[in-house]
Amino acid sequence: MDKSKRALPKPTPETAHFWEGTKSKQLLLQSCSSCYHTYFPPRPFCPACGSKDVKIQIASGKATLDSYVINHRNHPAFEGPYSIAIVKLEEGPQMMTNIVDCPQTPEALQLDMPLTVKYEELSEDITLPLFSPVGANDE
Amino acid sequence: MNKGVAVVGASETTELGVIPNLSQQQLHADAALNALEDAGLNIKDIDGLATAGDRPTDLAYYLGITPKWVDGTAVGGCSFMLHVRHAVAAINSGHCETVLITHGESGRSGVGRGGFAAAPSSLAGQFEMPFGPMGPTSLFTLPVLRYMKDYGMTHEQLAMVAVIQREWASKNPRASQKEPITVEDVLNSKMIAYPFHLLECCLVTDGGGALILTKAEKAQDFPNKPVYILGTGESVETPMISQMQSLTSSRAFSVAGPEAMREAKISHDDVDHLMIYDAFAHLPIYGLEDLGFCERGEAPSFIEERNTAPGGRLPMNTNGGGLSYMHSGMYGMYAMQESVRQVRGVAPAQVPDVDVSLCLGVGGMFGASGCVVFSSEPSF
Repeated sequence: MDKSKRALPKPTPETAHFWEGTKSKQLLLQSCSSCYHTYFPPRPFCPACGSKDVKIQIASGKATLDSYVINHRNHPAFEGPYSIAIVKLEEGPQMMTNIVDCPQTPEALQLDMPLTVKYEELSEDITLPLFSPVGANDE
Repeated sequence: MNKGVAVVGASETTELGVIPNLSQQQLHADAALNALEDAGLNIKDIDGLATAGDRPTDLAYYLGITPKWVDGTAVGGCSFMLHVRHAVAAINSGHCETVLITHGESGRSGVGRGGFAAAPSSLAGQFEMPFGPMGPTSLFTLPVLRYMKDYGMTHEQLAMVAVIQREWASKNPRASQKEPITVEDVLNSKMIAYPFHLLECCLVTDGGGALILTKAEKAQDFPNKPVYILGTGESVETPMISQMQSLTSSRAFSVAGPEAMREAKISHDDVDHLMIYDAFAHLPIYGLEDLGFCERGEAPSFIEERNTAPGGRLPMNTNGGGLSYMHSGMYGMYAMQESVRQVRGVAPAQVPDVDVSLCLGVGGMFGASGCVVFSSEPSF
């Protein structure tokens, strides 16, 4: 696996805080001070009510597996078939990620299984949030 | 609002499939010239132009049109359904009289075709592309395991969508894939992105299509049977499949479909023929449920019980669909061409007595939708 072959995100002014967060191993969401909606991806207003009174919230890093595919086509950044997943964060928002530290098989990847975030540094500026099954990294 | 607009010219490109000797722009033009011939019109009769994939500027110049109305709405494969909706409004309000909608796509051969990569600074570029999706096969397919778990759909039921559409394609000489297939054939075909096998993914081919629309009151003056637009709908949801409100339903389908049916003043029982854009095998399942033809979770057995198959009570995707007929990348135009053929009574796999055909399109990865209700009569 050559992680440098992953598509490298280019932060914008509205998303820069998220990528600063992952660099220091924090998953940052935003929440609305008016309607209490917690959301992702980042933007400086609440997509539920339009309020600009929003603040950054540190997520717990806990999630469940909502859906996924196991991609069998060759990708230069991955070795063999790999999962592309949608996870549901404990705080509510969904995000795309890869499920790592477990076999990339339907048997190992059970929907609704609990996951925790882990971080993979791609470059000096970009660290990606990936997810592993709870307990996968326990000794 | 709808004072009456009809399709008076419709055609696909002369060839479909692999067409390395024509550029994408010429595929538009080939379809447009065929549609003009079908309508008995000259290019100078066209005063409105809509297209997607290429800019209306490019096509107007290339075809020699001086439009006084243009629409370049580009929301993916259903853009042409939205063009129909916008053209109806434009014609009804007097912005123009005769609209040409063209599609051409060198999807397989890639002759004169631009790229589709998401910018690294776009939301999809930041929050989806780093995780390794490789186009529609590993994005559009992402929600289906959630559907399978929530509603108990089996792998065999998903495969059955492809099997039944191949039955329709076997009746169509222009279909790319005509050999009958079984559920076992589908499940034994190459794994592309679990749980999707090759035969549950659309084809990748070259082709084009064009429609010509004008006022319903003039529609009887053309050489071929007019097909009236009874109602239309449109919506968009999100550029990122990971952000769908529900992984088991398309919000854009749920807005566009019912709006088109409301405008057309039709109920489900009035629909004789159905097209649901099938880039992948799960789309007809989501579409049948979001349109309200089936309750949640019931579409897989509805298809398995042959309701949409030849001889069934709701014939669907009768050209063979994107899975077996053709799929250039933006398939919506071909779905509408089949609706027009069925209402005209000239389809290769003709369904008897089609008075109302409903055509539902998707754009992006469940990102957008357009819906058009076609009819043999000016009102229902």
